[in-house]
Amino acid sequence: MGDLFQRLGHLTLGGLRKLGRANFFMAHVLLGGLGGLLVRPRLLLSQIFFVGVLSVLIVGVSGLFVGMVLGLQGYYVLSDFGAEQTLGVMVAASLVRELGPVVTALLFSGRAGSALTAEIGLMKTTEQLAGMEMMAVDPLRRVVAPRFFAGVASMPLLAALFSMVGVMGGYFVGVGLLGVDDGAFWSQMKAKIDFYEDVVNGVIKSAVFGVIVTWIAVYEGYDAAPTAEGVSRATTRSVVYSAFAVLGWDFVLTALMFGDH
Amino acid sequence: MHQSKLLETWVGVFVALGLVSLFFLAMQVSNLADVTRTSKGYRVSARFQNIGSLKVRAPVSMAGVRVGRVSGVRFDKVSYDAVVDLTIDSEFDTIPLDTTASILTQGLLGEQYVSLTPGAEDAYLKDGGKIDLTQSAMVLEQVISRFLFDKAEGGAAKSEAETGSADAEPAAPEAAKPAAAPAPATGAVQLPGASP
Repeated sequence: MGDLFQRLGHLTLGGLRKLGRANFFMAHVLLGGLGGLLVRPRLLLSQIFFVGVLSVLIVGVSGLFVGMVLGLQGYYVLSDFGAEQTLGVMVAASLVRELGPVVTALLFSGRAGSALTAEIGLMKTTEQLAGMEMMAVDPLRRVVAPRFFAGVASMPLLAALFSMVGVMGGYFVGVGLLGVDDGAFWSQMKAKIDFYEDVVNGVIKSAVFGVIVTWIAVYEGYDAAPTAEGVSRATTRSVVYSAFAVLGWDFVLTALMFGDH
Repeated sequence: MHQSKLLETWVGVFVALGLVSLFFLAMQVSNLADVTRTSKGYRVSARFQNIGSLKVRAPVSMAGVRVGRVSGVRFDKVSYDAVVDLTIDSEFDTIPLDTTASILTQGLLGEQYVSLTPGAEDAYLKDGGKIDLTQSAMVLEQVISRFLFDKAEGGAAKSEAETGSADAEPAAPEAAKPAAAPAPATGAVQLPGASP
């Protein structure tokens, strides 16, 4: 029995320690990294390429299919009420408010977050980070900060792309295949989707998810045990924790943004 | 050098793509184009006895064309009325003072909106003006219950009349009449409730 309590306490303290380390880590990256990036913007550029540009394909294709499925399923329900003209509203609202930010964040953590964790973890394992410190180069500034800011900058753009392609997919299925009226699809959408309420809140959500996912990814890599097993575990943890954090924070943000109606 | 140029190009394409998507969401999917138009408008207020489920941002229309939006809904705790603020686009500045505002429903289950029916006066509504003639929202339950009430009253009167004639008692129809007469008065949901 005492053993059980000891283990629980050990886990709790370990979790708190990790959280504290992650916060100091982030403070260091934010304080030191931003100035460093202004001096060497090329570092950020190449990371945006790896994190953002190379994620465009998976995000775009997923968005297209999610939008097409929304079109099909929405039509199935709405046509029962003779309200298939509001299909555009349904597709756009679910994409802009929820699916765009959330699914993009999940894809992003799988496509880019895991790669960041593995890369930084392997750098640590092969003592590249220690080598940098020996040369008085701060690895947090040189390695972590560009990756972090690249992720934070890319996520809102990717989420917007996802939503746009998704609306197109819904349009293709709804108007092209199922015969919903073209004008009603767009005009109802425009009448019901509010720019500040829906679109801006969706962008805020995706930016928050960008911070969460990239933070977890770079921290798990930096904190990985410097062994092959350690890196593999850190990569798994990065994706799993990102998914938990994104879905949990999505609930909180949704309750704050859209909870009152 | 060649490779870094390629890299820059791709990043540029990516950022442009993201911004285009945002622009698309703003202009094509959402109502930003309308919002910027509505913000340059003038406000008038109208008092209703019952606004049903009218929401902020519901459309204000005239002859079916949207001329503005509901910008606020308040409750007046002295007169127990609902005060609805309407923001009318500034281009529609020739709305007569004696315009009637009524709360209607789009379709059977649709959203509620404010419909303006122009009056005949020569003076026009200005910023901060008031619409005095209003017609409250039609609450479906009240209409149904009134209908059922009328039906029941009518049915009762009828059966009473029938039994009366069966008994061949001449006073019976007169006795049934007073019972039927108050029905329109008590059941009225102040339909054209022109509250001054």
